Amino acid sequence: MPAIEVSGLRKAYGNLEAVRGVDFMIEEGEVFGLLGPNGAGKTTTVEILEGYRRRDAGDVRVLGHDPQRPGPDFRQRIGVVLQQSDLWPNLTVRETHAIFAGYYEAPRNVDAVIALVGLAEKQDARVKTLSGGQKRRLDLGIALIGDPDLVFLDEPTTGFDPQARRAAWEMIRSLRSLGKTVLLTTHYLDEAEQLADRVAVLREGQIVRIGTPAELTTTDLQTEIRYRENGEEVLVRTDEPTRVLAELTSAAVARGEEIEGLQVRRPSLEEVYLALTAEESAE
Amino acid sequence: MSAEAIRVPARGRPVRRLFVHQLRAEQLVFWRSREAAFFIFLFPVLLLVLLLSLYHGGKYQGEPVRWEVLAGLVGYGCANTTFAGLAIQLVLRRESGILKRLRSTPLPPATYIVALLTSTLFVFGLQAVVLFLLGHALYGTPLPSAVGSLVVTLLIGAAAFAALGTAVAMAIRSAEGSSAVVNFVVLPMAFLSGGFGPNNGYPAVLRAIGDVLPLTYFLKLVNAVYLHGHGFWTQPEALAVLGAWGVAGLVLAIRNFSWEPRGR
Ligand SMILES: Nc1ncnc2c1ncn2[C@@H]1O[C@H](COP(=O)(O)OP(=O)(O)OP(=O)(O)O)[C@@H](O)[C@H]1O
Ligand SMILES: [Mg+2]
Repeated sequence: MPAIEVSGLRKAYGNLEAVRGVDFMIEEGEVFGLLGPNGAGKTTTVEILEGYRRRDAGDVRVLGHDPQRPGPDFRQRIGVVLQQSDLWPNLTVRETHAIFAGYYEAPRNVDAVIALVGLAEKQDARVKTLSGGQKRRLDLGIALIGDPDLVFLDEPTTGFDPQARRAAWEMIRSLRSLGKTVLLTTHYLDEAEQLADRVAVLREGQIVRIGTPAELTTTDLQTEIRYRENGEEVLVRTDEPTRVLAELTSAAVARGEEIEGLQVRRPSLEEVYLALTAEESAE
Repeated sequence: MSAEAIRVPARGRPVRRLFVHQLRAEQLVFWRSREAAFFIFLFPVLLLVLLLSLYHGGKYQGEPVRWEVLAGLVGYGCANTTFAGLAIQLVLRRESGILKRLRSTPLPPATYIVALLTSTLFVFGLQAVVLFLLGHALYGTPLPSAVGSLVVTLLIGAAAFAALGTAVAMAIRSAEGSSAVVNFVVLPMAFLSGGFGPNNGYPAVLRAIGDVLPLTYFLKLVNAVYLHGHGFWTQPEALAVLGAWGVAGLVLAIRNFSWEPRGR
């Protein structure tokens, strides 16, 4: 059974259609990335799946439940990092974890989770004294404390320094190796590329592309071949890089010349993403 | 309360276990905040010391006026703790996203609310005990005689004010200035209702305003029980008006309750 099934999902706020017919499926044990510019509808989609918001249309199944009418074990099995939320400012990191642990039937060990999110040194610090990135790690810790099967992470690494981001990636990978399902939204393409088994790119409430990071980068933009001829830069974009290169190089070999400044590039996910989401402004 | 007070609870009957766990969490959260502990718990106690040393002679309803001042401060304490304090805390938690975050845990919403109300009630109960004991020790006010009736009276008042506090919290859109708004309601109310000393010398206009406020009727009850040792049931009019305020608050609170931030 897939962990999440979504079909024909729609949600409007007044006249604003935030989600306009979204379909996707996330298998158990998969790490799924939702990418998209500000306002694309990522948080709306995720919060519908978490049971916070009501959908206008479409079918949604999360761990076999309809999140609008979840059964009793639904909240035992999900872990949530909201895009924005604070906790009790005067409690310590440890107390906060212990309070959340108390809500679950089979929580993980509080010390182990605090260590996992890298807050061991801060465990007795009050929440209001934590830095932005440390608060985010606390959010992550309390999302994992109930030992969930499915974890929703809405921009979990925003505000992390590069080292903390690497550590969070390690942690998310370890979630996958434990067989957990992860739905993650992010603006960081390297994060999606590093972590996600599959990525959906959302734009104006619709999925414009879905697939593995590798599929996205091969199917979309053409390969770029650059070289210099008579001192001038030449750029060729092609779907058939092998043929173009062969012609170019055989001609050069026949002339006994070296091609100056020859470069062959596959577009990065970032370029694909920018191209996909830039169509928005072209419309 | 020490950090050790919050432990992962042992397994047990889920709802009761969760209630006790959340009640401890709420107590820890309350006492850990200096502002809450001071303005909600301590402030009426300080007022008691101040006002009782101002009023020494005189009679009210045939009893020493100090007794009435003490009863008034218990009423103000009730409104301050279960109305103002609860409202401010609810707004802060809703706007900071704590309420929303809790909604995605297995803690049932009703258990959360009952635990929060019980915690607030507990704070007020402690405050009432401190007020009566301190008045007795420092200024010779008598300890309550009709204890059973007094407990029932305070419970009814706390319930009505908590319902109104929740309703007001849901009408406030943002955390900024919420404590100013709430105090703008509660301080004049306490003054007009006689919470800071007898209001029978006030101009008629002010007394007329006081006559519609719930604290006035709560104080009628407290005065009847504390000053004269009557049963709470001897004041049906006061019970009815206070009850009506409470029910109105409850209806609004339930209709407008929101777990999600409103101000953004
Ligand atoms: N509660 C709400 N009321 C009204 N409009 C909303 C609400 N929540 C979101 N919107 C609007 O819906 C659209 C999608 O918002 P959403 O938060 O889902 O975007 P997002 O993809 O998560 O963006 P970001 O990357 O900035 O977090 C936006 O235009 C936003 O203004
Ligand atoms: Mg978002």
